[in-house]
Amino acid sequence: MTEAPVSGAANDAEPRVVLTARGLRRDFAGFVAVKNVDLDVHHAKIHALIGPNGAGKTTVFNLLTKFLAPSAGRIELMGRDITNTPPAKVARMGLVRSFQISAIFPHLSVLDNVRVALQRPGGLGYQFWRSLGSLDLLTPRAEQLLETVGLQNERHRMAGDLSYGRKRVLEIATTLALDPKVLLLDEPMAGMGHEDVETVADIIRDVAKDRAVLMVEHNLKVVADLCDWITVLQRGEIIAAGDYATVSQDEQVKVAYMGTAHDA
Amino acid sequence: MADMTTTGIDRQTRARTEWFLVGLGIAALIAAPFFLYPVFLMKMLCFALFAAAFNLLLGYTGLLSFGHAAFFGGAAYFTAHAVKEWGWTPEFGVLLGVFGAAVLGLIIGFFAIRRQGIYFAMITLALAQMFYFFCVQAPFTKGEDGIQGVPRGHLFGFIDLSVPLNMYFFVLGGFLIGVFAVWRIVHSPFGMILKSIRENENRATSLGYSVARYKLAAFVMSATLAGLAGAMKALVFQFATLTDVTWQMSGEVILMTLLGGIGTMLGPIVGAGLVVTLQNYLATSEFPVTVITGAIFMICVLLFRRGIVGEILARFSRGEDDAR
Repeated sequence: MTEAPVSGAANDAEPRVVLTARGLRRDFAGFVAVKNVDLDVHHAKIHALIGPNGAGKTTVFNLLTKFLAPSAGRIELMGRDITNTPPAKVARMGLVRSFQISAIFPHLSVLDNVRVALQRPGGLGYQFWRSLGSLDLLTPRAEQLLETVGLQNERHRMAGDLSYGRKRVLEIATTLALDPKVLLLDEPMAGMGHEDVETVADIIRDVAKDRAVLMVEHNLKVVADLCDWITVLQRGEIIAAGDYATVSQDEQVKVAYMGTAHDA
Repeated sequence: MADMTTTGIDRQTRARTEWFLVGLGIAALIAAPFFLYPVFLMKMLCFALFAAAFNLLLGYTGLLSFGHAAFFGGAAYFTAHAVKEWGWTPEFGVLLGVFGAAVLGLIIGFFAIRRQGIYFAMITLALAQMFYFFCVQAPFTKGEDGIQGVPRGHLFGFIDLSVPLNMYFFVLGGFLIGVFAVWRIVHSPFGMILKSIRENENRATSLGYSVARYKLAAFVMSATLAGLAGAMKALVFQFATLTDVTWQMSGEVILMTLLGGIGTMLGPIVGAGLVVTLQNYLATSEFPVTVITGAIFMICVLLFRRGIVGEILARFSRGEDDAR
């Protein structure tokens, strides 16, 4: 819906790499936040990025979505070099992120939050001479998206009045409105109640059927259930990568998480 | 102030009440010059439009400009010069002022939008001060004297604007066009994006919006409308002086907007009306004007932070629409 698919011939069921990073590095005034990070994010797979606090997970997200410029390294999105592409352009190319702090527009209604995301294609964002009624044609699609995440009954509420978990769900709906090829979710379940966690897990599983998902998550149970591939970061470096069984048996990972190599 | 959150029927009744009130307001403005001193009313309209234009940026885009006097005062100079020295008719003089303000807005905005928050405000202040010094030095502004004795001329060549009522309706027309433009922009698809930038800039970027372009567009629109206000003011008072490009003028429009209520359509207009009225009545008394307006401003900030109109709207509609 946003960008025409570049390679329509590729089979959607076949796993392929849609986002790659090689030798990613970021320095902050002498402090190396991220170094030598290589990532391959596959279409139709859920990829987790885990690690203790301060491991550089969010920095990696900021680098991939170009909110931060990498000090070194190279990033490719569906075969195109995006290392120096501005963040809004990256989003238009189909790499869309969510934020750790729930990123919604608090003084807009729930429906408008989603419609804002639907507005960009067709240049509807620049039309300052038309009435808001011209956005009505986006309402059915917005309502459909709200229904997928179970927010349809709250569509006229102010987004800022929603509970924390519902705000995160709204953020996901807004992100999905862009129909991204690659979805980057920064701790989508953080601070959520039990029910919301399950809802969001189902949503993520569902949307990952035809797009790539890379998520930062602390809840290891969720990661174990949901993710096909796990990359573990510590002090800005990758210390392990593999499926959950492999990673959870890794000695370095145990040390990083438990502070000791002994089996608990 | 259309509220997108209420249901269809609610929205309709609300819109109807709003149109009724707007009609009432316009009728009052048409009748006003028959009861009140027209120059005072015209001054009020010019400042009200200035504040409304400023509010487009502060209230709906979340950008605090501390240099809006450059557009207001700059347009006043351009219009005054064109009308007095080149003998242009008032409508073309005003158009030149508006165009000049837009160009100034493009230049100042181009640099300012690169930074956020206090840095944005400082850059607008610095560039507006540079423009102030340009106005002090440039020969066409006549330095400390300003451009005096600007003829009001004949609108479209045949309506004599030296007749106070004619002039008043010319200014009222400009004011209504300007305020309508602000309303249209705010309640448009583009306005939705401006609000989303105000609410969460990073999120707007992550949705694929090139935030810088939207900010610059809003900045230029705001500057253009501030220019319309300044251009009309030059014709009303028949002069353009340094007063209108000083930083104090930039501060005054901030005060008017905050006093009335940022992010509301009516707030800046009410705020401007209040400040201008106070200035007018206090000018002849022994009270120092700035102390009084300062005190009122402090009381407003302490008691109702949403501004006068913002607070009233909050009481009546539980304040959860885009009145903020």
